[in-house]
Amino acid sequence: MGHKGNANTKANANASNGSITAPNATAPSASASGSHTHLTPPAKLTGAEIIWATLVGEGVDTVFGYPGGTILPAYDALRKFPVRHILVRHEQGAAHMADGYSRASGKVGVAIATSGPGSTNLVTGIATAMLDSIPIVCITANVSSKLLGTDAFQEVDITGITLPVTKHNFLVNRAEDIAPTLRHAFQIARSGRPGPVLVDITKDAEQATTEFDFEAAKPRPYRPHPMLHVDDLGLAQAAELIRNSKRPVILAGHGVMESGAMEQVRTLAERAQIPVGLTLLGLGGFPASHPLCLGMMGMHGESWVNSAIQDADLLIACGMRFDDRVTGKLAEYALKAKKIHIEVDPSEINKNVKVDVALVGDLREVLDQLLPRISGRDGSTWLKSIEAKKGAVAVHDIKNLPDSGHLYAAHVIHDLWRMTGGNAIVVTDVGQHQMWEAQYFRHEQPRTLITSGGLGTMGFALPAAIGAKVACPEKEVWVVVGDGGFQMTAAELATIVQEKIKINIAVINNGYLGMVRQWQEFFYERNYEATPLVSPDFVKLADAHGIPGRAVRKRSEVEEAVNAARSATGAYLLNFMVEKEDSVYPMIPAGSALHEMIRRPEKDPLEERADDK
Amino acid sequence: MLHTFVAYVEDRPGVLTRVASLFRRLNININSLTVGRSERPGLSRLTLVCEASAEAVHRIRASLFKLENVVDVDDIAQAPSVTRELALIKVAASPRNRAQIFDLAEVFRARIVDLTSESLIIEMTGVESKIEGLIEILREDDGRILEICRSGKMTMRRGHHVSSVVRAMGVAEAAVEEDESAVEGAADEVQ
Ligand SMILES: Cc1ncc(C[n+]2csc(CCOP(=O)(O)OP(=O)(O)O)c2C)c(N)n1
Ligand SMILES: [Mg+2]
Repeated sequence: MGHKGNANTKANANASNGSITAPNATAPSASASGSHTHLTPPAKLTGAEIIWATLVGEGVDTVFGYPGGTILPAYDALRKFPVRHILVRHEQGAAHMADGYSRASGKVGVAIATSGPGSTNLVTGIATAMLDSIPIVCITANVSSKLLGTDAFQEVDITGITLPVTKHNFLVNRAEDIAPTLRHAFQIARSGRPGPVLVDITKDAEQATTEFDFEAAKPRPYRPHPMLHVDDLGLAQAAELIRNSKRPVILAGHGVMESGAMEQVRTLAERAQIPVGLTLLGLGGFPASHPLCLGMMGMHGESWVNSAIQDADLLIACGMRFDDRVTGKLAEYALKAKKIHIEVDPSEINKNVKVDVALVGDLREVLDQLLPRISGRDGSTWLKSIEAKKGAVAVHDIKNLPDSGHLYAAHVIHDLWRMTGGNAIVVTDVGQHQMWEAQYFRHEQPRTLITSGGLGTMGFALPAAIGAKVACPEKEVWVVVGDGGFQMTAAELATIVQEKIKINIAVINNGYLGMVRQWQEFFYERNYEATPLVSPDFVKLADAHGIPGRAVRKRSEVEEAVNAARSATGAYLLNFMVEKEDSVYPMIPAGSALHEMIRRPEKDPLEERADDK
Repeated sequence: MLHTFVAYVEDRPGVLTRVASLFRRLNININSLTVGRSERPGLSRLTLVCEASAEAVHRIRASLFKLENVVDVDDIAQAPSVTRELALIKVAASPRNRAQIFDLAEVFRARIVDLTSESLIIEMTGVESKIEGLIEILREDDGRILEICRSGKMTMRRGHHVSSVVRAMGVAEAAVEEDESAVEGAADEVQ
């Protein structure tokens, strides 16, 4: 603790900042283990001080934020507490950083903003966290309580605005309520199906003084959703279905990571010899190199995964929600299969796909109950038939493709995987590069792929990577971002410099809003309306921030460039000038069934393009 | 198909918005909604009637449960239950034609709760169709109805049925109350 960010700016402003305890020694010291045994007795603090004291008590040592008029009392009190504040360049970045921090570490990320525009700027980041069930707490200030509802300067009804995109939100207008509300917010964010919580605090609540007692502010015990119950009958039926199935597939989603059920899923797969397909957010929850791993399913999933799902007689869905990007046309989805759905959120049951057995509960706990009922199975016939299909269309071993002199995004990502040995956190943006990352970077470990799946938020990657690096300073972090999305939040390059954050940025520069261009190519007669993209020279842009970088135009240059980035002490940017009109294959057009996929053209464009240009 | 949900929700600001917002998001029209205090302090009971497909019902119920402030939700469906609605109907009535309305009220077992020289208020409780029946007859005479105020439906299961969740809370009743006092400030004021 006591680790303050950015020594040069912060220390200048406040030279005596080194070891920080509240002058009246009221900040509870959160030990690494999160126990708060040596709490000082209740003391009088301002609401602003209570915000920080409560955060510290909850184990928070870093927040991402941006100041302004109404949140100023909190910023004024910050120097008394052992919390690192990372100054972002746009509040959307703060929310994404808190999100990336959480995805990388499993802890609750915290973002702070002022009232009005500060809080509305958070909204995209909050919605991103909501759709991917990421626990973050956003603290906003609002105008004084007597001004609420009067259209006062920078007053906005942020609890109203964020109501549908938060798991829950609060408006606090008394200093006494700050600690209990914040503690409750943390509990809500991380319990059950996690999600973002916003706490809006009025300025007069920040300024008032009251008794602070961290222990007394403890929320009532977490009340699980009353529909959460797994009965013996359900477990027995699930075990029976597994025992009798000939062609089972496990569908592993984000919930595997969220509940920490990696071992359980693996045991189930290995014991019953069941192949595992992964959702985009599930990548890393089951090792890519495992013989039972089929890879990613869905819209840009491999043909053998999707055909295994279509042929299956049993699907065991683990912590996934049958998103439309995963199922394709529902009327034709896995019609031969019985379905077991293990899921923590009861409102997901039978939402898109009707299931035969629903086990509603925490995935790890449910699997722990189910596994004793599962015995060894011979799955060889089914596995062999999948393997046979794999062989026929395996296009992914591209590292042996001849070097045509052109650079393909797939090459870049494959090389990144090879050179890092997969030992990196990759944070992707949204678009073609995101899908190529999912296809060509093999994730062995959970929390090594951070990406906006549910909302598909362009601009997510750079700030989320900052959050991930702050959470895991010992890890190598790569941003894989398109030329379009990079420009949405590129302002955070300055944050990287100010906070001395070592991340590597790989811009996959195809001169287009590539994924939209691909849809135009396939479904809109190549009418490239509003997708060609003129961009600044990203290397110069980085340079203007004091971040070194280089452009890469040939496959032969990739290795050296990646080495340069990895060995640089600070952040480094690589501008990969890749083939412009490359497409992501295979692809299931939106609304089509899983077997109606557009395959990679007979002659692989990875080889072909070189000749026709 | 018309569906009736009965829910226990925390009695604090903003809770109704959250419930209503869920239906707004699903683009489901709420036919009627009644809210009032329940048998438990701090908990309001609401009866909500809406048009929803059979498949949507499970999801609505589960989604209602997901709201932090919702404690229990019951989908009444076909279960035997008692449903009532209260209506206040103000009609124009002069001393000359009052008697006719008194007779009508008698037939419908309604009560006259206010009487002035030009108007009177009929109070009536019953199932929806009965209230509709009275209103229809009153309408036969153009311009007679001045105002109608209807409560919306209130529903309760028949027999010794108690919400399992509220019952489960009953077991931990002492604990819950203790916890509530621990967060007294937040519980009362947080919106
Ligand atoms: C904020 C936001 N706006 C629009 C979109 C729609 N969209 C999805 S992918 C994409 C193109 C992304 O282009 P780029 O960042 O260059 O990545 P590429 O697909 O070329 O790899 C767009 C515009 C989005 N996902 N997010
Ligand atoms: Mg692009």
